[in-house]
Amino acid sequence: MKTCLVVDDSKVIRMVARRILEGLNFSIAEAADGQKAVEACEKQMPDAVLLDWNMPVMSGIDFLRKLRTMRGGERPVVVFCTTENDMAHITEAIGAGANEYIMKPFDSDIIQAKFSQVGLL
Amino acid sequence: MKPDDFSFFSKWLKDRTGLVLGTDKMYLVESRLTPLLRKWNMGSFDSMVASLRKGDEAVMREVSDAMMTHESFFYRDIKPFELFRNTVLPRLLAARAAKRTLRIWSAACSTGQEPYTLAMILREEAAKLAGWKVEITATDIAREIIDRARAGMYTQFEVQRGLPIQMLMKYFKQQGDKWQISADIRGMVQFREFNLLQDPRTLGTFDVVFCRNVLIYFDQTTKGGVLNRIARAMEPDGFLYLGGAETVIGICDAFAPLPGERGVYGLVGKQGASAVPFKQAAIA
Ligand SMILES: C[S@@+](CC[C@H](N)C(=O)[O-])C[C@H]1O[C@@H](n2cnc3c(N)ncnc32)[C@H](O)[C@@H]1O
Repeated sequence: MKTCLVVDDSKVIRMVARRILEGLNFSIAEAADGQKAVEACEKQMPDAVLLDWNMPVMSGIDFLRKLRTMRGGERPVVVFCTTENDMAHITEAIGAGANEYIMKPFDSDIIQAKFSQVGLL
Repeated sequence: MKPDDFSFFSKWLKDRTGLVLGTDKMYLVESRLTPLLRKWNMGSFDSMVASLRKGDEAVMREVSDAMMTHESFFYRDIKPFELFRNTVLPRLLAARAAKRTLRIWSAACSTGQEPYTLAMILREEAAKLAGWKVEITATDIAREIIDRARAGMYTQFEVQRGLPIQMLMKYFKQQGDKWQISADIRGMVQFREFNLLQDPRTLGTFDVVFCRNVLIYFDQTTKGGVLNRIARAMEPDGFLYLGGAETVIGICDAFAPLPGERGVYGLVGKQGASAVPFKQAAIA
């Protein structure tokens, strides 16, 4: 079973994402900000990360930059999932090493489409 | 809608578009047509059916458009488009090396995702197509849908179901809360109104035909008719793509499935694409 770390400061979003991804056969871990996500990755590198942008303590983009320098941190497939929906943010995210980008609001069809595009399904 | 109005309506719709309604589909018809009743300030379906019986073209057009399902995605089902890029295209590039022309038809293009996906793929392969004349003809029965396709303007939701983010970055521009495909890609596709119940030879002859997710709405006889007409509008070694739930088997023997591939068909016959093993041909 593949693992996905869901990083979002909204508990509701984490719950919705967890339900969708569990339905797609992922085992889920959660983190409420970038710093906690770093800690989670130090313990166990996930196969995928679903990543919010704006969060307290450490943002999604800062987490991503940090992740890509960590041991084994080049491996997880990172899919942004954020309300930031302009080309500048998308370009910045892909430039920092994100594999896909979801603009909120999302639904299960979008998650499924994006996850299969990056070979996770 | 009164029962005999419903029977009239079902027959009228099938004759005009091929679309078959189940006898239990009255609720579907009413829910799709209610917005038009409001728009035209008609009190009931009686007056709408009366206009159809009279043959009022404006009413007939909007009513038949309203009955269609236009759902579509970029790179729908992914696989068929990968196959197009990796196998069908190289094979046609070899076969047409002397003529250097390629004609592709998206035969029920809806809001344009299918022909634009093909256009983006061809743009990505531009280096191999230098000096070639490539045409993408995209047609649909619904006029208003064709206009939307031509504008190439999509919601955030539509650009997220199937379109890889790199393609969005490369070929789209944000316009307010919408995303518009670039003028360059739009310029590669010619949109036209066309009913699949008519003879497509007026559109010319094609190397590749995409006729995806439309035959499912027709009965066997209509499907067979459409496929036979498409066969006559194809080059002998051309390729036909159908949707995931569609087939030629038991419906039209002009085509046969390509060995080892799903959803792609070739014409039967000496030159027919179905006669050449697909994978081998790709390597050769
Ligand atoms: C579900 S969409 C399929 C779009 C696209 N081919 C795809 O696979 O995503 C079906 C389209 O077929 C069109 N259609 C239905 N009957 C037709 C007919 N008789 N001739 C041409 N187009 C037709 C509808 O207007 C609609 O846009």
